[in-house]
Amino acid sequence: MSTITFDKASRIFESVVAIEEVNLHVRDKEFVAIVGPSGCGKTTCLRMAAGLDFPSSGEVRVGERKVVAPGPDRAVVFQQFALFPWKSVYDNVDFGLRNKSVPSSQRRDRIAAVLKVMNLEGYERSFPHQLSGGMQQRVAIARAYVLDPAVLLMDEPFGALDAQTRVLMQEELVRLARVNPRTVLFITHGVEEAVYLADRVAIMTRRPGRIKEVMDIRSVREAERWENRTRIEDVMDMESFIHLRTAIWKSLREEKSTEET
Amino acid sequence: MSAGADRRPSKAEIWLLGAAGLATFFGLWAAVSGFGLVSPRFLPSPAAVAARAFFLLDHPFAGASLPVHVLSSLGRYALGFLLAACIGVPLGLLMGWYRLLDDMVTPIFDALRFIAPIAWVPFAALWFGTGIGGPIMVIFAGAFPPCLINAYRGARFVDIKFLEAARTLGASNLRIILEVLLPASVPSIVSGLRVGAGLGWQSLVGAELIVASSGVGYMMVQGQSAVSTTTVVSGMIAIGIVGYLVDLMLRKLQAVTQRRRGLA
Repeated sequence: MSTITFDKASRIFESVVAIEEVNLHVRDKEFVAIVGPSGCGKTTCLRMAAGLDFPSSGEVRVGERKVVAPGPDRAVVFQQFALFPWKSVYDNVDFGLRNKSVPSSQRRDRIAAVLKVMNLEGYERSFPHQLSGGMQQRVAIARAYVLDPAVLLMDEPFGALDAQTRVLMQEELVRLARVNPRTVLFITHGVEEAVYLADRVAIMTRRPGRIKEVMDIRSVREAERWENRTRIEDVMDMESFIHLRTAIWKSLREEKSTEET
Repeated sequence: MSAGADRRPSKAEIWLLGAAGLATFFGLWAAVSGFGLVSPRFLPSPAAVAARAFFLLDHPFAGASLPVHVLSSLGRYALGFLLAACIGVPLGLLMGWYRLLDDMVTPIFDALRFIAPIAWVPFAALWFGTGIGGPIMVIFAGAFPPCLINAYRGARFVDIKFLEAARTLGASNLRIILEVLLPASVPSIVSGLRVGAGLGWQSLVGAELIVASSGVGYMMVQGQSAVSTTTVVSGMIAIGIVGYLVDLMLRKLQAVTQRRRGLA
């Protein structure tokens, strides 16, 4: 069982309270998106699940175990991709597999498979700087997917992409999630993206960040049969989608307006 | 100022200006010596130096011909420089990685690096006499600090996102150092090698003036004793040319490493 649990997790950076008593439970194979105003500590939450940062009080658990370090059960897709510029596409994707000491013949097969899924065949020997932003992001996702992690942590992975590429990547992610569902924590400030991708959307307050409310998307998606529509714009046209989106927008907007007063 | 000042000159213009500068230099030199303003004992004409340099190409002076002296200098230089790079680069990287090592080594290093390479010569002479060790020690003193400092800076200022990505991908410390820290620092390391190579070459010839029995520096000292100014100047020209060629090679290496990751 790969769950992610934030148990009264707070994080203080030099007397600035970044997040305060965050409580959130991501169930096994559930896709949860966190949205919130910028600077509210969304990324801090993800980094604590990754083991790159630690709560000042409270704790974060993955499964039953408290997170104390990064681990092979959790793969991270960073906002700025963080591909190694000195390694080819193949070697970037291979990096994590070699750490797990997977035999080389198996590695080759797994890399070939994930590059095929990510539409990167023929680019094995290219270097990151030779690829477009969308392709770089696909490599970053491939690098995480190839490890077949129980938990996937994604920090605004599509933030740096142009609108068209982003839409393609979102559709791709939904397809992948259907084929092979896993536990996902997804940070974004795109409300539509969150509603389109997630089973549940957690809304954070402005700093100090707390979880303000958690909206269930999945029940609506299943009741309204969103999955019958493959294109994102068709889903976004549906009344049920618009309704959820507006509800989240309103909730976020209250946060913005309190900031202004 | 004229609008031309903002414009980048073309390649041909740069060549032309460079050639003009050299022509002026040699012209003045030829004029000063040619009009007999200075005795040829102090300043021989360019033609006399050229003739001497060509003569030395296949005639021994101070035990060997000029190319053999150059080769013997280069041999020591290669040893001293390799030693400096092989110790300086890994040590710098590790200092950038392990805070403890950084805190331990930095004070010693900060004190030692202000001793000019040439200031090691008396010490080197006491230790090694005129053997091969002396010049190598002096080259090492010149080349080591830039090798270390640049590797250290490279490692210290690696973008943290690469280190974090490597850790989330399960890499051990050893693999992070070898496959992330080292390659991420390569541009900085290579520029350190360039500076170190230059300083090392300068220090070597300085050392050879005192603690060697072969090499370009030694040849120049012997030239001085024989009051052969043309030999001395030939040696200086050889030093300049070899130094330039070494720098050119490292500049190529720098360009290649930058191109490989799309920086240039």
